[in-house]
Amino acid sequence: MSATLEQAGSRALAHFQAVRDRLPGCPDARVAAAEVFRSRGLPSRRDEAWRYTSLRDLGATSFAAPEAEVSPDAAAEWISLTRGLPRIVFVNGRLRPELSSLPAAISLGSFEVSAPKDATAAALPFVALNTMFAEDGMVITVDPDIECGPVVLLALTVGGNVDMPAVCLRHRIALRSGARLTLVEVAAGSGRYFANCVMEAEVADGAKLSHVRIQRESIDATTLSTLFVDASAGATYDSFTLALGGKLARAEVHARLAGPGATVHLNAAQLLAGSQHADVTTVVSHDAPACASRQTVKNILADRAHGVFQGKIEVARAAQKTDGYQMNQALLLSPEAEIDSKPELEIFADDVKCSHGATVGELDGDQIFYLRSRGVPERDARTLLIRAFLAESLADIEDAEARRMAEDALEGSWEKLGR
Amino acid sequence: MTAMLTIRDLHAEIEDKPILRGVSLTVPAGEVHAIMGPNGSGKSTLSYVLSGRDDYAVTGGEVLFDGRDLLAMEPEERAVAGLFLAFQAPVELPGVGNANFLRTALNAQRRARGEAEIDAVRFLKLAREAARRLAMPEDMLKRNVNVGFSGGEKKRNEMLQMVLLQPRFAILDETDSGLDIDALKIVADGVNGLRAPGFSALVITHHQRLLELIVPDRVHVLVRGQIVRSGGPDLARELEVSGYGAVIREAAA
Repeated sequence: MSATLEQAGSRALAHFQAVRDRLPGCPDARVAAAEVFRSRGLPSRRDEAWRYTSLRDLGATSFAAPEAEVSPDAAAEWISLTRGLPRIVFVNGRLRPELSSLPAAISLGSFEVSAPKDATAAALPFVALNTMFAEDGMVITVDPDIECGPVVLLALTVGGNVDMPAVCLRHRIALRSGARLTLVEVAAGSGRYFANCVMEAEVADGAKLSHVRIQRESIDATTLSTLFVDASAGATYDSFTLALGGKLARAEVHARLAGPGATVHLNAAQLLAGSQHADVTTVVSHDAPACASRQTVKNILADRAHGVFQGKIEVARAAQKTDGYQMNQALLLSPEAEIDSKPELEIFADDVKCSHGATVGELDGDQIFYLRSRGVPERDARTLLIRAFLAESLADIEDAEARRMAEDALEGSWEKLGR
Repeated sequence: MTAMLTIRDLHAEIEDKPILRGVSLTVPAGEVHAIMGPNGSGKSTLSYVLSGRDDYAVTGGEVLFDGRDLLAMEPEERAVAGLFLAFQAPVELPGVGNANFLRTALNAQRRARGEAEIDAVRFLKLAREAARRLAMPEDMLKRNVNVGFSGGEKKRNEMLQMVLLQPRFAILDETDSGLDIDALKIVADGVNGLRAPGFSALVITHHQRLLELIVPDRVHVLVRGQIVRSGGPDLARELEVSGYGAVIREAAA
């Protein structure tokens, strides 16, 4: 481990010692997590799971919560992004009821931190770190056969100029059998900060969670999210993640297809420029028969941007008739842009259909010329073609309001591609 | 009569290979000229050089469009000035809806000319009318640009663009190749419908068949990068009978 990461890890533990008695809820779980973190430390690139993503930016964080406050104007501006939809708003890691408006069908449960039941999950360093420090999060349950949504989960962070405060949110969602929810998760902020979010989602028999995630964090932020999904028989977890912000970002998903006939979609798009680095890492575990998983990850990379896709599909012996599909596509807009793609299949059943693929390309000169010959300026022609590359991903977002929010977020992102 | 397009001693090459070796040609306003010639004579290169494709290097000569230096203009500026190329092999644009593409192009040109943009509702009405005149199924407006189109549908889609964009000067690069007689008639109607004192066209073709339907004012024969013979519409018929051999031998003599 590098000295920078080692020091950062020690700083996290020292900060935990300093604040542990002031943190709400379940000290045992926090202390246990601190032990996990102590033995594990911050991962370096020698760790297989972090081979393509360096965490050296965390050398700057104090792990302390932010002290700055979001100005009413800034809050209003961010809230305007939610298009008047019901919303749950967090600022700097704390729920802000006065900024939130919940639909009648949903009630917020009281927050309590506990380690994930799954031992592998509990051993992940950023999950342990989150368990140590999380002070708040969204706890919601949707009752059987209730249909609800879209609901916006907005997490705002106001970071520092020089220092790098840290925010740990811990969300828990449970959809009871036959329930349906569209959740639009928006993460945004300003300044320098470290966001380390963990979400656990349970989708019971026949329930459906549509999850649209719009990551438009500050360009100076390091943002990591770890999501655990458990889909029961006939359940659907359908997600689209749009990564636009952050200096360093990673969206890690562990999805388990636990009951027969469950479906999981983990689609994503990353639009990166400058020296942005963003990583999509997924582990899809087919533990039951006749389940389907689908994943299309699109990367649009300008300047010196670096995109990473690591996708693993595990098929257990019992998971016959598994249908797994994984595709990673990259559009490189500059010769210095970079994509790393690592698909992995681990199959123990014998009657399965699993495929994966990867493509890397540039914008097509013939297509650009065709558009220009019709009077479309070069810059607009390029934007049109980039948008076309993302068209199918956006079209797959079922909820119209959620799709509009994703489109609005994209709209503000063409500028940064600088052409 | 005023010249709309004047080409003087145009030389162009691709990857250091000379293709055009001194083409000179004047198309007056209101006239339709045809360019015929054997494969590899430089017909398509001429159309690409005129529309501004940058993989061709112009090594000599000049082209004036309405008195302006055409070669100094970007492809989109040429389009805004009223130049239109109907491609021999139009590209597909997956993820770009045809109606959206057409409206983007039309409004980009209108914006550049300082004209008001056309809203989606009015545009769709215009596009549907034009599509109907070209005997195109309406779903071709909804589909992605040229994706899954047959050869004939792609050519018709080029004509649809031409009709909607209302260019002052159209270049048709072998638009007739691969078309049956009905489609050929539709293409001809598209061009003939635009014929007016302020509209000119350059029709590049191998065959005289299209020129029976779009009767040109002049016919030029391009051989090895040079115009070796020019004449009236009869020249096309003569070539259909005797082939290019005689013209080539004559030019070499």
